[in-house]
Amino acid sequence: MLKDQDRIFTNLYGMHDRSLAGAQKRGHWDGTAGILALGRDKIVEIVKASGLRGRGGAGFPTGLKWSFMPKTSDGRPSYLVVNADESEPGTCKDREIMRHDPHTLIEGCLIAAFAMGAHDCYIYIRGEYIREREALQQALDECYDAGLLGRNAAGSGWDFNCYLHHGAGAYICGEETALLESLEGKKGMPRMKPPFPAGSGLYGCPTTVNNVESIAVVPTILRRGAEWFAGFGRPNNAGTKLFGISGHVNNPCVVEEAMSIPLRELLDRHCGGVRGGWKNIKAVIPGGSSVPLLTQTQCDDAIMDFDWLREQKSGLGTAAVIVMDQSVDIIKAIWRLSKFYKHESCGQCTPCREGTGWMMRVMDRLVRGEAEVEEIDMLISVTKQVEGHTICALGDAAAWPIQGLVRAFREEIEDRIKARKTGRMGAMAAE
Amino acid sequence: MPPVPADLASRMTEILADHRGMEGSLLPILHAVQGAWGYVPQEVVPIIALDLNISRAEVHGVISFYHDFREEPAGRHVVKLCRAEACQAMGADRVASHARQALGIDWHETTADGAVTLEPVFCLGLCACAPAAMVDGRVVGRVDEARLDALLATVQA
Repeated sequence: MLKDQDRIFTNLYGMHDRSLAGAQKRGHWDGTAGILALGRDKIVEIVKASGLRGRGGAGFPTGLKWSFMPKTSDGRPSYLVVNADESEPGTCKDREIMRHDPHTLIEGCLIAAFAMGAHDCYIYIRGEYIREREALQQALDECYDAGLLGRNAAGSGWDFNCYLHHGAGAYICGEETALLESLEGKKGMPRMKPPFPAGSGLYGCPTTVNNVESIAVVPTILRRGAEWFAGFGRPNNAGTKLFGISGHVNNPCVVEEAMSIPLRELLDRHCGGVRGGWKNIKAVIPGGSSVPLLTQTQCDDAIMDFDWLREQKSGLGTAAVIVMDQSVDIIKAIWRLSKFYKHESCGQCTPCREGTGWMMRVMDRLVRGEAEVEEIDMLISVTKQVEGHTICALGDAAAWPIQGLVRAFREEIEDRIKARKTGRMGAMAAE
Repeated sequence: MPPVPADLASRMTEILADHRGMEGSLLPILHAVQGAWGYVPQEVVPIIALDLNISRAEVHGVISFYHDFREEPAGRHVVKLCRAEACQAMGADRVASHARQALGIDWHETTADGAVTLEPVFCLGLCACAPAAMVDGRVVGRVDEARLDALLATVQA
């Protein structure tokens, strides 16, 4: 179990003072100018050595991403953009950082921006986060008043401005290029890649888009050293991570833990166990709504990190663990996600715009059992035609949960269809 | 069509002047417009388009893309009820049908006297005190039927 002195987010639950003075007492903003004095290359090198992988879902190495930024400017400015558009069902980690520990994020912005030669940073926060916006803006104002932002930020000689931009209610704006479009004041529709944002991003300038958590852990990594951070978790899955556990556990929570913690330990130690005991698990979605679910057998030896979950054809995603016990109608639960993705598809690519609707309508009938057994394969073929054929990952995100459902619970779907046809209760429902 | 606000031209000049020189100013401008009148009147579309040197279609596209912008005036008060998972698990569905019954309207509709508009919203970040609601920009937690009635009483008065 992660020791208290190894926690990066020391005010995750808002029990302490979240103001600048309180944050400084907990060790934030300590010697920031000294960290910047290490120089750009050294900072990127340390972040690379720490093994930090992006916390927004894809798990791309953060230091490597930063190193794609141009070393010398060709006349265009560089930008850092922080993705605080946390809208995926189940994911609730970034909001705790912004609400209770905002200074970790702001200090991280300064350091990250310096490391990529950016003088300006935009934090894109979703429009529905009211309290988070207030807390973050208040923290930014405090930093400007204290000289930690603005000209000669924190006495480092680096000029740095940080702007808070709020969205207007579109999930797709959490995709990095859609976010840039939205920042530019356009419809939030993802762009084709390449060119990647590091070459041509915000207003055609070199840009790096990072998740809130990826940025917020950086100051502590630099203060405590890459070896310390790399010491947690299995190789290639280093560090501590915020897990947001919701659903049928006795005590749902957001908690910072070491990577590669077994799922069972995570749920038993921090969440008071699964409702009705471990064997009462039906399925667990380990990484936010877009990853395929884990079955009970997989849960028994599940390890919460990028590589193990990928091997199991699932993913760590944002580490938003959704626990579902035997009382859950699993088909309906996945239908609910299909409905979400249909609603949030931006409509730019045909496979996603039409496919999410098709998938939801077939799912809708599967929930009621009003379908033919062959339609399950048809549904899978539709998901394969959507997956990988769209500009952004929303199409994939809509396809994966359904593929996971059919892989694990095909019998249950067939059972429901047969039960509906014959009018008799299915074998599985009778248990 | 709703009547054109009388101060439209003068307020628009102010709003556009406030955002002059800002990069990517369309969304902040639209937020300001909605702040001024509670909705985005059709009449501002050509004004903004001319000022930012973009087409009217582009402005219209942005307005219709984002759920937050409304093209019709709302009631005097806007009640938003959270429809996300955590709130549903804590009885938001029940509260929502109670609200629709009490007001006699469905989602996105306004009561006949123009007092209240009812809207769904997706996760206000208050899952710990679900079900959550937002009344005229103020967030409220633990909204059961009784608290909802109390909230509605204040906005309907």
